[in-house]
Amino acid sequence: MLKVDCVEKAYKKGGLFSKERQQVLNNVSFTCDYGECLGIIGESGSGKSTLGRLILGMEKADRGTVLFEGGKVTDRRVRSGKLSAVFQDYTSSINPFFTVEKALMEPWNVRGIARREAQEKMDSLLDQVGLTPSYRKKYPHELSGGEIQRVCIARAISTQPKCLLLDEAISSLDVSVQLQVLDLLIKLKKIYGMSYIFITHDIQAAAYICDRVLIFRNGRIEEIIETSRLKDVKSDYAKKLLRMLITF
Amino acid sequence: MIHLLEVHQLKISEASTGKVIVHDGSFQLKQGSCLAIVGESGSGKSVTCRAIMRLNKPWLRQTGRILFKGENINALPEKEMRKRRGKNLCMILQNGMGAFDPSSVIGVHLKETLSEHFGWSNHEIAEKMKKAMESVMLKNPSEVLNKYPHQLSGGMLQRIMIALALVLEPDLIIADEPTTALDTISQYEVLEQLIQLRERLGVAMIFVSHDLGVVKRVADDVLVMKAGKIVERGEMQTIFLAPRHPYTKYLVSTKLALSNHFRRLMEENSVAES
Repeated sequence: MLKVDCVEKAYKKGGLFSKERQQVLNNVSFTCDYGECLGIIGESGSGKSTLGRLILGMEKADRGTVLFEGGKVTDRRVRSGKLSAVFQDYTSSINPFFTVEKALMEPWNVRGIARREAQEKMDSLLDQVGLTPSYRKKYPHELSGGEIQRVCIARAISTQPKCLLLDEAISSLDVSVQLQVLDLLIKLKKIYGMSYIFITHDIQAAAYICDRVLIFRNGRIEEIIETSRLKDVKSDYAKKLLRMLITF
Repeated sequence: MIHLLEVHQLKISEASTGKVIVHDGSFQLKQGSCLAIVGESGSGKSVTCRAIMRLNKPWLRQTGRILFKGENINALPEKEMRKRRGKNLCMILQNGMGAFDPSSVIGVHLKETLSEHFGWSNHEIAEKMKKAMESVMLKNPSEVLNKYPHQLSGGMLQRIMIALALVLEPDLIIADEPTTALDTISQYEVLEQLIQLRERLGVAMIFVSHDLGVVKRVADDVLVMKAGKIVERGEMQTIFLAPRHPYTKYLVSTKLALSNHFRRLMEENSVAES
C-alpha cells in the first residue's frame, strides 16, 4: 500500500547564505501493507519525524518517491481522506478557539459531508475513542493530555483512512495514560482495519502494538525486523538500543 | 538521625481563588538518601519541588514549614534564599532548552552562576567546569562551552546541568523529570550520570518522575502523589512489590503491562542481558 523508495532529504545548514547542507535521510526504502502496524524507532535527531512528514506528503523528497496506493503522495487527491496523522504536541494540534465538536467537524466539512449525518456519526466516534458526548462542547484547554490525544485520534479516523501515522503520539503522556491510548489504538485497528505507522523512541511501546519495527539511525535504516523476533536483532546499534532500555 | 530536609504541612494554593493545589504534604529526607516522587501529570509533583526551591509563580501561595538543616527556608528573605539556591539546593530541570539563557553561550551562563557563589576567577571556572564535563562524558568541553543552547541536544544540556551540579557540590539535588524528554539512549546515560553523581558527592536527592522504571533504578524511598495529596509512601521495594493504595497498584500494573509484553518478546537468551 505504502511504498517508500530510495528517499533522500537534506536541509540547509547554518546561515542564510550558507551552501552547507545536512543530509537527514539517506537512501530509505521500505513498504507497509494494508492492516500492518509498522514501528519506526530512532533516537532524537535521527530523522524519523522528517520521514513522517515525507510520508504524509507535507514535504518533498530530494530524491526517490513515496507511493501511496500507487499514486504519488505529494498529490493531494491521492492522500485525501486516506492518510491521517496524530502528532506529539497535543497542545497545538487543535485550534484553541474550537470546541471538540468543531474540531471533529473540520475533516467532514472539507469532504462535504452533510451536517446532520456528521452529527449522528460524532457520538459513535467519541464513544469509540472512550469519550462521552458531553465532551462536544468543551475546549482543548479544559481537557487533559490523554483526552486531547483521544480527540486527535478521533479526528484522524473520522474519514476512515487506510493509514494512520502517529508521530510520537504518546511520548508526552504519562505512562498509565500511554497504555490506555495504546489499547485504544489496538481496539480501533480491529474496527477499521487500517494500518499504522508508529514513530517513536520508546521501544517498549512500539513492541506493544507493532507487527514490524524499523530501527532508524542517522537517516539510515539499520534494521527491519518483526516484533516477535526482536530479540534476534543483528546490527550493533539495535543491540545497544535494547541493552540500554530501562525496564521495570 | 537528623533529617536534611523536613517538610511540614506544606500547602500550596492559588492566591486569587484559594484553590488548593497541594494539600498539607509532609515528608522527610535523610542525608544522602534519594526520595522519588511519582504521580501523573497535574498531581502536584513539580509544584512541590519548586516550593522547596521557592521558585513558584507569585500567584501561588505556600504555607507550612520547610526545614533545611534545621532552618526554615520558607521564612527566609529572598536575598538569603538566593544564596541557598544553587549552592545548597540545586535543581535539574526537565526542559534543557528552557533552563539555559538562550541569548548567550553556555559558558557565560555557567560563569555567572559560579562566580556568584564562589567568586572564582574565569580561569578557575573553566578548569573546574572542563573537568566536571569530562566526567559526565561530554567530549570537547571547551567547544561545548562556546555553543548556544539551541545548538546542543536535550541530552547534552541535561548533562551540562549535572556537570554544573558536580562543581557546585550542593547538599540537596532536586531533579524534576530529568529523563522524560529524552530518547532511550540519552535517558540511560543521563540516569547513569545521576547515579554516579550521588555516589561521588553523597548528596541527597529528590527525584521526580512518572516513569516507574527510572524510579526503580535510583530511588530509596518513594512518595506517590495524586491530585495534590500524598497517597502512599515507603521504601521502594515495598511500594513496588506490594502496593497498598489502589492508585499505586494501578500505576504499577500499567507499567508492568508494557514491560511484561516486552519481556515476553525478549525471553530466551535475550540480548538485553548478554
